[in-house]
Amino acid sequence: MSISKEFVKGLWRDNPTFRLVLGMCPTLAVTTSATNGIGMGLATTFVLVCSNLVIAALRRVIPDKVRIPAFIVIIASFVTLVDLIMAGYFFSLHKALGLYIPLITVNCIILGRAEAFASKNPLLPSIADGLGMGIGFTLALTTLGMVRELIGRGSLFGISLFGQHYIPLLIFVLPPGAYLALGLLLAAMNRISLREKT
Amino acid sequence: MKGTSRLVITLTIICAVAAVLLSYVHTITLKPIAAQKRLEKIRALKKVLPTYDNHPEQNTVKIPLENGKSIEVNLAKKDGELIAVAFRVVSHKGYGGNIELLMGVDMRGKITGVEILEMHETPGLGARILEDAFKQQFKGKDLLKTKWAVKKDGGDIDQITGATISPRAVTEAVHRGLEIFTKDIARKIKSGELSS
Repeated sequence: MSISKEFVKGLWRDNPTFRLVLGMCPTLAVTTSATNGIGMGLATTFVLVCSNLVIAALRRVIPDKVRIPAFIVIIASFVTLVDLIMAGYFFSLHKALGLYIPLITVNCIILGRAEAFASKNPLLPSIADGLGMGIGFTLALTTLGMVRELIGRGSLFGISLFGQHYIPLLIFVLPPGAYLALGLLLAAMNRISLREKT
Repeated sequence: MKGTSRLVITLTIICAVAAVLLSYVHTITLKPIAAQKRLEKIRALKKVLPTYDNHPEQNTVKIPLENGKSIEVNLAKKDGELIAVAFRVVSHKGYGGNIELLMGVDMRGKITGVEILEMHETPGLGARILEDAFKQQFKGKDLLKTKWAVKKDGGDIDQITGATISPRAVTEAVHRGLEIFTKDIARKIKSGELSS
């Protein structure tokens, strides 16, 4: 398997959100706006790349029996790092994502990639895998955030698009809207892939 | 036995390295985080207080309340004279949890501004208490001449279409804040304790 292949698979074929349907908690909770989607996606990507890198480097050192606690410590450390750096330098984004940053630790994409990929593969492919999965996750979250913000608030990245007369379908920025938007996007993705196959 | 000690040692080393790394990052981000929090406080104070020339974020006093608790009050001064105070009030009656707000009151007991510091209301509905149109209406109101309830409950405060709970909670908190001002803070001001 080539490195570019490891990178590309996360974007579409094995997209963590739309294909593997992993990490649904942040996906559904933070995508009330496109900006939140990007922020959460990038923070997750950073943690994913760093944890994949360290875990791949240590894969021969970490004994099998304690690999899960070791992975969790490594992942949690990077999450805390992101949390502190965001609080110090990107304060408003940190306020918006607040609670969900610590939750990156338990995002199953990260532990999933550590377990399924980084612990069995060398450094470079693991970084490519983390980067691809992370960007795939970011794209998915941003798309979801854009759809929800557009329908539920009539704006994109905080810029109002339809003017005063548009009455937004508020349910799309509320929790049920997360499921509705995700379902519609999943259906659209399936439709496109089906067409690709035939 | 050899196997077990290897598990323990590996995990210990990983944890130790993580701890060192985190404490290092913690020390370098300590200052920027504190600065951000201070900036945020100043931004809120600027919004709720009339133009001042001192540093109300540092110029604070703790005032004991009737119920045994105490409240931290920021003092705004101009040319050395106390012109207004700002303090935090919390409402427990929000739709999505507590609503925390900062309010400024001038020496005549009139509100100089209300700013929401933290809230978890429904986006698009209750969260519209963040909008200026809602917050601005409190400006200039005082304890006695205003009926402290939303219009739906027969009061003077405009509610938000489709959301009554959040404006009601804010109204209740602001009202309570004014009562605290009249009962506890104004007394201290009159006694001259705050002007030094």
